[in-house]
This record gives sequence, C-alpha cells and structure tokens, in this order.
Amino acid sequence: MIYIYDGSFNGFLCCIFDSYANKEVLTAICRDEDFVPTLFASRAIQTDRDHANRVLRKIVKCSPYTAELLQKGFLTCLPDKELYLYHLVVKLLKEGPGFLRNFSDETLYPVLKAVRHLQGEVHLLKGFIRFSELGGVLGSEIEPKNRVLPLLRSHFCARYQNETFFIYDRTHKEALFYAAGKAVIRPLEDFQMAPPDETEARYRLLWKRFYDTIAIKERYNPKCRMTQMPKRYWGTMTEFQNADYFKAQSSSAAAPAPAAPAGISGPGTPPEHGLSAPGSDP
Amino acid sequence: MDVLEKLTILTDAAKYDAACTSSGGNRAAKKGYIGNTSTSVAGCCHTFSADGRCVSLLKVLLTNRCVYDCKYCVNRRSNDTRRAAFTPEELADLTISFYRRNYIEGLFLSSGVFRSPDYTTELMIRTLRLLRETYRFNGYIHAKAIPGTAPELVEQLGLLADRLSVNIELPSEAGLKTLAPDKTKSAILTPMRQIQARNCQNKEELIKYRHAPKFAPAGQSTQLIVGATPDSDFHILRLTQGLYDRYHLKRVFYSAYVPVMEHALLPAKDVKPPLLREHRLYQADWLLRFYGFRAEELLDEQHRDFDTRVDPKCSWALAHLEFFPVEVNTADYETLLRIPGVGVISAKRILSARRAGRLRIDDLPKLGVVMKRAQYFLTASGKIPDGLRFTPDSLLRSLIAAERPQLPQQEMVQLSLFDAVV
Repeated sequence: MIYIYDGSFNGFLCCIFDSYANKEVLTAICRDEDFVPTLFASRAIQTDRDHANRVLRKIVKCSPYTAELLQKGFLTCLPDKELYLYHLVVKLLKEGPGFLRNFSDETLYPVLKAVRHLQGEVHLLKGFIRFSELGGVLGSEIEPKNRVLPLLRSHFCARYQNETFFIYDRTHKEALFYAAGKAVIRPLEDFQMAPPDETEARYRLLWKRFYDTIAIKERYNPKCRMTQMPKRYWGTMTEFQNADYFKAQSSSAAAPAPAAPAGISGPGTPPEHGLSAPGSDP
Repeated sequence: MDVLEKLTILTDAAKYDAACTSSGGNRAAKKGYIGNTSTSVAGCCHTFSADGRCVSLLKVLLTNRCVYDCKYCVNRRSNDTRRAAFTPEELADLTISFYRRNYIEGLFLSSGVFRSPDYTTELMIRTLRLLRETYRFNGYIHAKAIPGTAPELVEQLGLLADRLSVNIELPSEAGLKTLAPDKTKSAILTPMRQIQARNCQNKEELIKYRHAPKFAPAGQSTQLIVGATPDSDFHILRLTQGLYDRYHLKRVFYSAYVPVMEHALLPAKDVKPPLLREHRLYQADWLLRFYGFRAEELLDEQHRDFDTRVDPKCSWALAHLEFFPVEVNTADYETLLRIPGVGVISAKRILSARRAGRLRIDDLPKLGVVMKRAQYFLTASGKIPDGLRFTPDSLLRSLIAAERPQLPQQEMVQLSLFDAVV
C-alpha cells in the first residue's frame, strides 16, 4: 500500500497511525507533490494533530532516542527516508528498544548513517556560514544537502541573541529569521543578497587577506583542505569569492535590492513577514 | 599604516603557531553579551587554510617587535622584516566584526616581546579587557603567557582568557641554550606550573562558590618545534607524557620546523618540513591521551624514532603479536582500544552493540571499525574475514600497502637510459 501525505512531520506520523488503524503494510510513503499515479493501491492521508501526538507519545514512551532519530531523520536527504523511519517504528513497536543498542542493525543502520550525515553537515555549517551585514541585519546563504535550519537555530540564536539575522537555504528554499529573541523558519521562494556597502566590503577584504596569509606555503596541502572542507561549501564562503564580491557598491546600498522578495522588504528592515507568527513551527 | 597592512604583517608573523583550537570551553550565551563558546567537544572550525590546517580563531600577534633573538623565529630582533603593532581598539574592533560575521570563533592573541614580558602582557591584558568589558565579548579567547611575566599579570590574563598557553618551543634545554639564548627552561615552566596550580584552586573555588570568577576554564596547552634540533621522537614523547602527567595540559602541539633562515645551528633552508614525523607524533599523542598507552610502550632506547611507514599503533601491534587476535565479543574496553583500526568511538559502539547480540565480522565496518587495519588483529565469534591469509611477515607488507595512499607520494622522476646502474 502506498500512502500519500502532505510533507509535514505530523503528516508522516499520521501515516504510521493510519497504517496501524487500517492494518496495512506500507511499501512506499510519498509526499503529495512527488506522487506519480501508479496501478498500486494508494491512499491519501489526512494530517490530524491528535493522531500524530498519539504516535509520538507512544514512541517517546518506548524509546526517547527513537523519537529523536525520527525528528532528525525526517530532516535528512535520505531517499525514501519515510519508509526507513516507518520500518524503524514498526520494529521498535514489535521488538522493543533492545535492538537500538546495535548500531549495525539493518533497520537502524541506514537511518543512523543519514542522521550522522545530517549532524556532520550541521557541525560544519556552524563554522562555514558567512554573514554579511546590511543595514544592521546579518544575512547569509547556504546550500546544504539536508534540511539543517532547525538544527542550526539554537546555535545561532544563542550566539547572536542581540542581533537580527537570517539564513537562507537555497536548496530547500526556506529561511531562518531571527529578531528580538524570536526565531521562525519560513519558506522563501527566491532571494538575492544585496551588494555590500563600504564597511562590509572592507571586512570581507580583511578576512580574505587573513585567510590567504595564514597558510604556510611550505606546507601547501590542497587534498587535506578538501577533505576537511569539501568544495560544495566553498560557493557560499567569503574567502573563495571572486574580486567583485569585495567591491563596495555604494549607489545601490541605499535603495532596496530589486530582487529582494516580498517577505523582507529590503536588506535594511527586519523581516516582519517572518515574525508575524512566531509560535508556529514548520 | 592601515589595518589591512597590519593584519597582513601580524598574521604572517603568527602563522607558525600550531594551536588553533576552540574546544574545552562551554560558556553559555549571556544576556547583553555577544557570543558563547562552542559546545561541541571538538570545537568549531570556521575554515581550513590552503595547508589544510583548521582556522578557528583570529590568530594574530599584538606586535611582531621583539627584544629576543631566537634563531628559528621569523620575528627575532636581528631579522630584517617589517614591524607593526595593533592598538587594542583596532584589534577589539576586528575581533568583534569578524565574530559577528561568523568568520571566527574568537581571538588567539600572541605577541612578540615588546620592551619586556611584563609590558607586553599588560598590553595584551588591556586588549582583552577592552574586548570583554567594553565590547562585551563572550566568545573564546586564547592568550599566550610569555615566559618571564610577573605572576600577578598571568593571573589577570587567566581571568580574561579561556585558554592560556606557554610555548616550550624546543624539546630540550640544550636546544634552548643554543637556539633561544634569551629563554630558559625554568622561565617557561614557572608560568606553566602557576597556571596549573591556579586551575586546581579554581576548581575548588567553583565548588564552594558557584559564581567564582573562572581562571582559564579551557586549561592550558603548549607547543614544541619538531625538527629544528636533533632530539629523538622518544625524547619528545616522554616530555609530552610528563607534561600531561605533571602539568595537566589539555594539548601539546607539534610544529614541524619550517626553515625560514640560513644558520649554522639550524637545518639547511632547502630541507622540507618534517610533516610525516609531525603526523606520527600527533598520532602517538592521541594514543597517550585517549588510548591508555605510555610513551615507553611505543618507543624505547633501541627504537628512538617512529617507523614512518606505519602508524604508531600498528607498530606497537606488530611488536606485540602475542596480544592478538582479540575476540571483539568478549574483550574489555582497554583491550579493544589496542586493536589498530578500532578507535574510542568504535570501541564504545562495540561494547553497546554486543549487548544486543553476538557480533559478526560483517557488523564491524558498520560500527566504524577500519577493517583494512583491524582485520589482521581481531576475531568476531571466533572467525576472521573470509579468505584472509597472512603470515607475520606479510602482515607488515599489507599494513604498509594499506597506509601508502595516505602518505605523501614521492615525486616522479623521468628514467634515463644513461643512468648509472646501481
């Protein structure tokens, strides 16, 4: 049986709930936007907060660790992650939490591997994210493989608690906004960073110079650098940008950037759209 | 001179310092302050420079003017190089601006000895105080304690910084005498002892009074230059062990000597830095700190230097074949850690996994065991991997073959028909 859900975590939990309620074994769990009609039987699942909470409560009762794995596993880029997580829950409910000790267990291992990949990426991005200051707001862009924003939130909100900042995730087209102690993650279709002003360009240049100077020529080791910092991160890092990135464009700094989306009216103003409903969590 | 130029000169002068870690502190964010220290055990790397080293902190000198004349150092008095000095305001502004943009995790402040150790330390204290009090910076600060500084100043520095370090520089007193005539062993060890004693005292204070000011909460570290003097690996490793045992250092860093000048007492300028030797020392250092090895087990009077072809743990295992094979289903943690290819994480995973059922060979790679090394030294449920055959002789060859791709390759040389046959 193929279940189709709305793509939210609660929707996924409802799939688990309904599979037990209908006594059906799932062969695939699809987001509604990815679903391609097939000849196999399929069922669209309605998201019901109560059902989702019941499933989560039960899992937390059996094993809080699995609940954490589910939440993190749902953020990973593992293909068919829903099905892997579903199998994990089924095994947990059938056998109890004993098998979770064995990291090489065939149900647990793929999930664990994906979660480790996610956590590795989060750890690297904590260092590799680069902010640009534009009119008092710190902004940055990233291109991660996994949905890292929910896990980056607490780190950056604690560190820059007196700042206003946002992080735009180009891959998943969503952004984390933070201002005045409140953080939200909102979908954002398109975003273009405004060009830097004088001060920003100066600090970018200072950093680039620091980066170029700190390397010891006699120890040049590009392979080691690439192992530690894969090239896919370089695109959004200040030290690897071309000369244009370090040029101040004073004329456009005053006017709002033409491509700035409706959500944030310009680089200078705090993101009001994002902060209108701080309680809701995507 | 503008800040860009100063930054270039003072970074260039600081780059030979190996330490650049932001681990060990776990200070939470404070209201009204900017920043916190990384909660991760490994610290946080913000970028990696072209030589593959982690850049975590803004590593600069306060000034590269120096009254000392250490032969191996680029900043020595007799060297004809451009000199510069940051003002405390410039450096504080730079740190905060970099920190806000998430370029760095904090500041690594070192300095040449300007006028006297006390005067330099006072300048450093002024910079750190400005950062901590005026700019309300709550991030990581690593400060160098300069040998010969008054204890009162070291005390003040420790209250402002997260980690202090005193560089030992050369692994023997004879080396110090010839290459760094202005430094003595006792001048280096005095502040080290003071920091250690003060750290212990601070731990007691913190138990009694929760809000007692913290003295260098991330401990202290030091650095040794490898390859500038003829000291053996055994000597260096025993020194390291002594420092960990007696001075409770968090880290000892090794820095392969990069020839920066021609001098009769130093290696020639065309000598490549001994990077592989440095690497082996780091591997051995990890064995001392996390694997329960002692320096005397890894090396002895007959074997005074590491075999560069295989790592120290493999060398040890090859010399103690009677210890192996280890059965992973029954061996205790300390024994598991002795297997080449099994690390702290995989050993803990083995302990946890075998409570859920017997382990088979196929399970081990999934637990993080590096089988290309470990397969020769372990059994799982009494079995070794299928088809694996080896003798004690072929073992060394296989291990070297497994290691070779990781090592720096020899340069290719065009063969010539007319070369003399050797």
